[in-house]
Amino acid sequence: MALLQISEPGMSAAPHQHRLAVGIDLGTTNSLVATVRSGSTACLPDSEGRTLLPSVVHYSASGVDAVGHKAQARQNADPANTIVSVKRFMGRGLKDIGDLATPYRFVEEPGMLKLHTAAGIKSPVEVSADILRTLKDRAEASLGGELVGAVITVPAYFDDAQRQATKDAAKLAGLNVLRLLNEPTAAAIAYGLDNGAEGTYVIYDLGGGTFDVSVLELTRGVFEVKATSGDSQLGGDDFDHRIHCWVLEQAGLSQLNAHDTRLLLTRAREAKEALTDHDVTHIAATLSDGQAIDVEFTVAQFQQLTAHLVQKTLTPVKKALRDAKITAADVNGVVLVGGATRMPHVRQAVETLFGQTPLTNLDPDKVVALGAAMQADVLAGNKGEDDWLLLDVIPLSLGLETMGDLVEKVIPRNSTIPTARAQEFTTFKDGQTAMAIHVLQGEREMVRDCRSLARFELRGIPPMVAGAARIRVTFQVDADGLLSVSAREMSSGIEASIAVKPSYGLGDDEIGRMLIDSMKHANDDMTQRKLAEARVDALSLLQATQNALALDGDLVDAEERAVIDAVLANLQQKMAADDADAIRITAEKLNEVTATFAARRMDAAVKRGLAGHKIGDL
Amino acid sequence: MTFDFAQNHFELFQLPILFALDNKQLDAQYRALQAEWHPDRFASGSDAERRLSLQASTQVNEAWQTLRSPVARARYLLALQGVDTQEETNTAMPMDFLMNQMIWREHIAEGKASQNVERLEELNSELREEMGALESELAQQLDVAQDFAAAALSVRKLRFMEKLDQEIGDAIESVLF
Repeated sequence: MALLQISEPGMSAAPHQHRLAVGIDLGTTNSLVATVRSGSTACLPDSEGRTLLPSVVHYSASGVDAVGHKAQARQNADPANTIVSVKRFMGRGLKDIGDLATPYRFVEEPGMLKLHTAAGIKSPVEVSADILRTLKDRAEASLGGELVGAVITVPAYFDDAQRQATKDAAKLAGLNVLRLLNEPTAAAIAYGLDNGAEGTYVIYDLGGGTFDVSVLELTRGVFEVKATSGDSQLGGDDFDHRIHCWVLEQAGLSQLNAHDTRLLLTRAREAKEALTDHDVTHIAATLSDGQAIDVEFTVAQFQQLTAHLVQKTLTPVKKALRDAKITAADVNGVVLVGGATRMPHVRQAVETLFGQTPLTNLDPDKVVALGAAMQADVLAGNKGEDDWLLLDVIPLSLGLETMGDLVEKVIPRNSTIPTARAQEFTTFKDGQTAMAIHVLQGEREMVRDCRSLARFELRGIPPMVAGAARIRVTFQVDADGLLSVSAREMSSGIEASIAVKPSYGLGDDEIGRMLIDSMKHANDDMTQRKLAEARVDALSLLQATQNALALDGDLVDAEERAVIDAVLANLQQKMAADDADAIRITAEKLNEVTATFAARRMDAAVKRGLAGHKIGDL
Repeated sequence: MTFDFAQNHFELFQLPILFALDNKQLDAQYRALQAEWHPDRFASGSDAERRLSLQASTQVNEAWQTLRSPVARARYLLALQGVDTQEETNTAMPMDFLMNQMIWREHIAEGKASQNVERLEELNSELREEMGALESELAQQLDVAQDFAAAALSVRKLRFMEKLDQEIGDAIESVLF
């Protein structure tokens, strides 16, 4: 029946031809590119031997002036045009980023903010693309050829808008995205394969701007994510920010200009790093007005200032354990990822919670890029039969707005991807021909507490009485964790079907274009499904009619019976063929010719029900 | 490459069409099917291959989620028999069951009000025990007696209890986090 048969002419790579693929860790503070070469995985260095590329872009009037170390060197002199930690702005609006001290001039845009630079207004997607392009050039120069594709890592806790923004940035940089891979999952691959680990592992990933925690089950070549949680606005930057505020307080300063803010944030980061190996450090700076700052800063002060931030990471850890239905005692190992896990009090807090020393034998800065490179190698088709399987989950529930500003969850968090779920809705007014659909992501009950992913209107519903139309909304989450939504009216012969890729700040014309695109694609795979559904629906109608005729055949006269039998035979014939529309039309016809019969059966049933009862009994 | 979307979930996992289920076998089959159909296997494939693998892998996940949850599995078995569990429409529950529900709700509310996580955890394991007992009944009703009306009632009861389970989980989270 609905057997999908697709045979493809040889699409696979020629044997022994190694396809160049890379893994890219697009970090808040630093980014890296890694690849698998002759069986070993390594991060690719720049011409000066450095593997870390600071995620910093400096813009001048002529465009991109510098990316990485050179750009970082410019940040004190030209803070407003030197974009750091752009990852925090991906897929985010102004209200999302709060009171983070930054020297930038933002432009409020629907969906995602933009930044004023000397090179004009830049979106975070464009800035990220400039970083990715630098890494792509580095990889191609180093590997001596064009890349077939890249795996780009994202925080596991990134929502749909943030993922979509990252994928767009990669496309803009000219990269073929093989997969968006969750950072903790990438770390688990690198760690698990390196150590032959089996059992339950927790990946605690505190990066520059994001915190992720994932619980994984590792069994013979299968990496299965059981639960993930995190905070996409919490990272090493917040520790710098705390120090920065403390210095302001100590020096009796209030608002600083962009230059001084950047200078003090840089000194704060240096102090934080110094306290990893020392008990005390000095924070010294000369502000633009000539005022000199020189304060002593101790480990004890630092830990006291930031204890609440460390605590804040433990809540998602506990949530993930609960969602995975395990306790801290069930965990075989805790892997630390991200530069911020170098802070001794972070390590201590993790150790206390799990009652075991965390695993730190892989470089926390590189482990994500290495895992992404391994996955890229597999996805590019360079591995044989014995490669591993990765089963990841969606971090946040997806839902729809319903009456009373409430969110109805359609796909719960921690569902294994890819996944799809359909929900049926109906009209609430007679003759209603359109319906608004609002897609949300988050765990809260109220619409205002969740992230709005998309709003669209389903038009062209055939006018019917209230409650008669059946609108099926289908959510599909692909292996990148990206959502597409389609909706269609089920009860009528006419099908209205659209698919929308929810995204940030889409203009009307963009949505229009997407709708047309998605209609084209949707038609291909819907033909098979439509046929299967038409057959199932027709079969139940056929059986219902035959049953009714067997029971109450005396309610139709010979002439009516002949008409019904003819349509029944016709429907059976149509069901054997492959035309879904023909099946539906014939099923409709059967409905029509049996309408009188159905009404008589109803009357008869009512009469039977009343027989033997007096009016007073009812 | 072919994937038969018309197979029912049990056929897909090569399992007997029964409520009683070998979880190990289910998980082993699940991994074998994902190893074959997961989109990672077709990342460098043609558009058609990638689309088919997305649909097939989605179907495998859907089937796995349905089969590994006792309530969903029972509901699915009943649907295969053409029996609607009427979870939205049939609200006529036995009186003693409804009384019991009210008592559960009171206990949860008390545990939440007093922020007593231990008590809530205790309630949770009590509830899980009751659900386990009802699941054993379901196995009897579905696999042995084939009393589908009784099984449908058990599913409706379990649906109520799942909601309680969810409420306890939410209460614990609201106290803890």
